Amino acid sequence: MTLLRVETLSKQFGGIAAVDGLSFAVEAGTIHSIIGPNGAGKTTVLNLVTGVYAPSRGAVYLDGAMVSGKPPYELAACGLSRTFQNLQIYTSMTALENVMVGRHLRLDRRLLPSLLRFPGVVRRDEAARDRCIELMEFVGCGRYVDADAASLPYGALKRLEIARALATEPKLLLLDEPAAGLNATESREVDAVIKKIAAQGITVILVEHDMKMVMGISDRILVLNHGRKLTEGAPDEIAAHPDVIAAYLGAAA
Amino acid sequence: MTSTFLQFLFSGLTLGAIYALAGLGFSIIYNASHVINFAQGEFLMIGAMATVSLVGLGLPLELAIPLAVAIAAAVGVALARFAVVPAGDASVVTVIIITIGASILLRGVAQVVWDKEFHALPAFSGTVPISVLGATMLPQSLWVMGVSLAAILALGWFFGRTMAGKAMLAVSYSRLGAQLVGVPIRRVLLTSFALSAGLGAIGGIVVAPITFTSYEAGVMLGLKGFSAAVLGGLGNGLGAVLGGLVVGIAEAMSAGYLSSAYKDATAFVIILVVLFFLPNGLLGHKGSERV
Amino acid sequence: MTSDVHASAAPARRGGLARALLRPRTGGLGLLALVIALLPLALPNAYAYDVAINAGLNAIVCVGLNLLIGYAGQISLGHAAFFGLGAYASGILTTRYGWPAPGALAAGAVLVGVLAFAVARPVLRLKGHYLAMATLGLGVIISIVLNTESWITGGPDGLMLDDLTVLGWTLAGDHTWYGIVGVTLLLTVWLALNLIDSPVGRALRALHGTEIGAQVVGVDTAHYKVLAFVVSAVIAAVAGSLFAHYAGMITPGKAGFMKSVELVTMVVFGGMASTFGAIVGAVSLTVLPQLLVAFEDYESIVLGLIMIGTMVFMRRGLFVTLLDLAKSWRRS
Ligand SMILES: Nc1ncnc2c1ncn2[C@@H]1O[C@H](COP(=O)(O)OP(=O)(O)OP(=O)(O)O)[C@@H](O)[C@H]1O
Ligand SMILES: [Mg+2]
Repeated sequence: MTLLRVETLSKQFGGIAAVDGLSFAVEAGTIHSIIGPNGAGKTTVLNLVTGVYAPSRGAVYLDGAMVSGKPPYELAACGLSRTFQNLQIYTSMTALENVMVGRHLRLDRRLLPSLLRFPGVVRRDEAARDRCIELMEFVGCGRYVDADAASLPYGALKRLEIARALATEPKLLLLDEPAAGLNATESREVDAVIKKIAAQGITVILVEHDMKMVMGISDRILVLNHGRKLTEGAPDEIAAHPDVIAAYLGAAA
Repeated sequence: MTSTFLQFLFSGLTLGAIYALAGLGFSIIYNASHVINFAQGEFLMIGAMATVSLVGLGLPLELAIPLAVAIAAAVGVALARFAVVPAGDASVVTVIIITIGASILLRGVAQVVWDKEFHALPAFSGTVPISVLGATMLPQSLWVMGVSLAAILALGWFFGRTMAGKAMLAVSYSRLGAQLVGVPIRRVLLTSFALSAGLGAIGGIVVAPITFTSYEAGVMLGLKGFSAAVLGGLGNGLGAVLGGLVVGIAEAMSAGYLSSAYKDATAFVIILVVLFFLPNGLLGHKGSERV
Repeated sequence: MTSDVHASAAPARRGGLARALLRPRTGGLGLLALVIALLPLALPNAYAYDVAINAGLNAIVCVGLNLLIGYAGQISLGHAAFFGLGAYASGILTTRYGWPAPGALAAGAVLVGVLAFAVARPVLRLKGHYLAMATLGLGVIISIVLNTESWITGGPDGLMLDDLTVLGWTLAGDHTWYGIVGVTLLLTVWLALNLIDSPVGRALRALHGTEIGAQVVGVDTAHYKVLAFVVSAVIAAVAGSLFAHYAGMITPGKAGFMKSVELVTMVVFGGMASTFGAIVGAVSLTVLPQLLVAFEDYESIVLGLIMIGTMVFMRRGLFVTLLDLAKSWRRS
């Protein structure tokens, strides 16, 4: 079953077409990776899918319904959640509170009950707290529960964003370079976390430069270059594809 | 009919020229440091009050004015050096409090150095009204418009043609980039305060024969200048001039045709309406947040 | 530090009297109640009571304003206008239309709430200096209206009010007013602390950190900014109503730009994003000018220097800086 469908999606920034007529589909329950050289448009695709940017042309469909043009907070309610390449952490809150914001849509958000601290609000907050501690342990930053988010090391913040995204209980999780800046051991740990997430039935779109990770865990890989689809296929097809090798070597040279 | 309109237009242009100078002062500092200097109005006040005092001491106007402008510029540099530079990269609110604190401080100093009275400066070339197309106009208004225009043109030349001016513009485009090519960021900041303080002082001085001055005269002038700068789009010099003229003319028209009690509200009504449709001002460019 | 009994076990996290006393909502509120209850012992005369009551009223406004500025990260340079509108609503409705005081207070709060809600969406779309300009403009316009429409507001001379009468009881005198303001302050602090530690409060703090980051987990950031704006405006209106009855008069200056600046300065001076910091800021900056009266002409100079000095040397505010110092001292 197709969970996400992107049709002739384009995004212009001034004169540059960051994404240019891109179409692809993501099957439910899979790990779908997007790779490509720097500036290929990977982050822009995530921004378009999650509503951070409105597309210049084209459309995004989630479960068959058109969702492009909706703001991010409505898409979150539709079951989309994501992490950021350059972290978006709430720096004046504790690590646990960061994750608890991820529960936002599942808590009592009315003003009056919050102001008067109704027992229902407190009870659901307590439950959310326990659930979020579990999530932090699940992604491997459990020891920072009470710490101020601003004091966490980089690697822990990357995991914290994953925990926060999971706290929304998404259908589709979009990860933007979760392993960037991590050492080899940490990368393997994040690798394992993503596999566990997928095993729970959450569909994952993964943007990553770490080829070992991408080749190891992806069901399907989309290769972008200059905002366009270079090719798409299973990991072994991609690894052997001459254009991919050329694009990467070309970009490296 | 047309003569009353012309009359209002003249007084609007006179006011607008002053607001434009004040607005330019905001923009110059904003470009160099991303600081909104709420003490900008006090530079206008200091210029006018200092000139009044110096003339009172027996100095001729030709000497008193440059001296007063220099005093204001020195105050500007001191403000930058002792209040803005030490704040470093503090948040917007923090810096706003600092410059508001500076404006209160400067008003307090003015109260002690001078007094709480209103003062007038003699008009530069008499008070015999000139009649233009049926409307009358004070010679001092011509001074205001002429001097403002000259100051604006001089600024244009400074930023467009001189190395120092270009360096300051470079900082406004990219602080880091300017730093990398060796622009002395700190000196640019101090210069920008000196420049906008001097500019403000000039505005305050030329308008003082028309509006009188007192230690509190800078408050509204400053706020109107801020409106002019925001209206045009912060950091946009041409925008500030345009914004100043729009605010000045609208104020004179509403005072003339609607109600003089509400003339001070005009600038703020315009600003709210414009920001409602153009959140970055008339000539401001919108940047998309990058994540 | 890490080996404390309450390190990570969940049951211990919830229990523990010591822990509860350290929490703002229990310990902080208790301490504040204690201070408010004991302070009269140290107030020598009517003048001291007057200062304390004014400090309390300012503190109420600042606790509310801090929700907007400190927690949601949105500046307002126009909140005195809401304070003033609340005061004028009480004044006008009770003296000109014979409304009972509580009804007038409620009407003022509702009116300000509706007004704040109406302007909040377009205004809070703006960021940084543009937001500062818009809120400033809004405040100036309102204060000019209050100054000009003298047929109903009394113009620059202001408006006189009768004593506060509730259900036939006339509330007057320093001690009564001290009690009213003290209880209102405690209530406001309790509400604010509740809000901060709720899903709504977390949404506010999150959007302060990063709006995009808050939106992608489902926070409608525009909605919550509006909410913080309206809540803080209504709190200011209530404090304004109380002030008008207490002082027996209201003038347009109380709604003006300088009063707005004073309120923001109090919040920032005490320490942004700290409810007790806002109180410390409000009290310090209410008491300080009274002490400076001795300096007469130098009052503005000293005030200006203090504003600059605090922001340069204690960027996070007096209370928060001291609290951090205390924490690091305890740790070592
Ligand atoms: N907000 C923006 N404004 C202007 N240009 C942008 C913006 N966002 C992205 N771009 C441009 O669009 C192009 C694609 O950028 P994008 O960030 O999507 O690349 P990417 O594949 O994620 O690269 P990387 O691997 O370095 O993260 C680049 O040329 C970039 O400069
Ligand atoms: Mg990217």
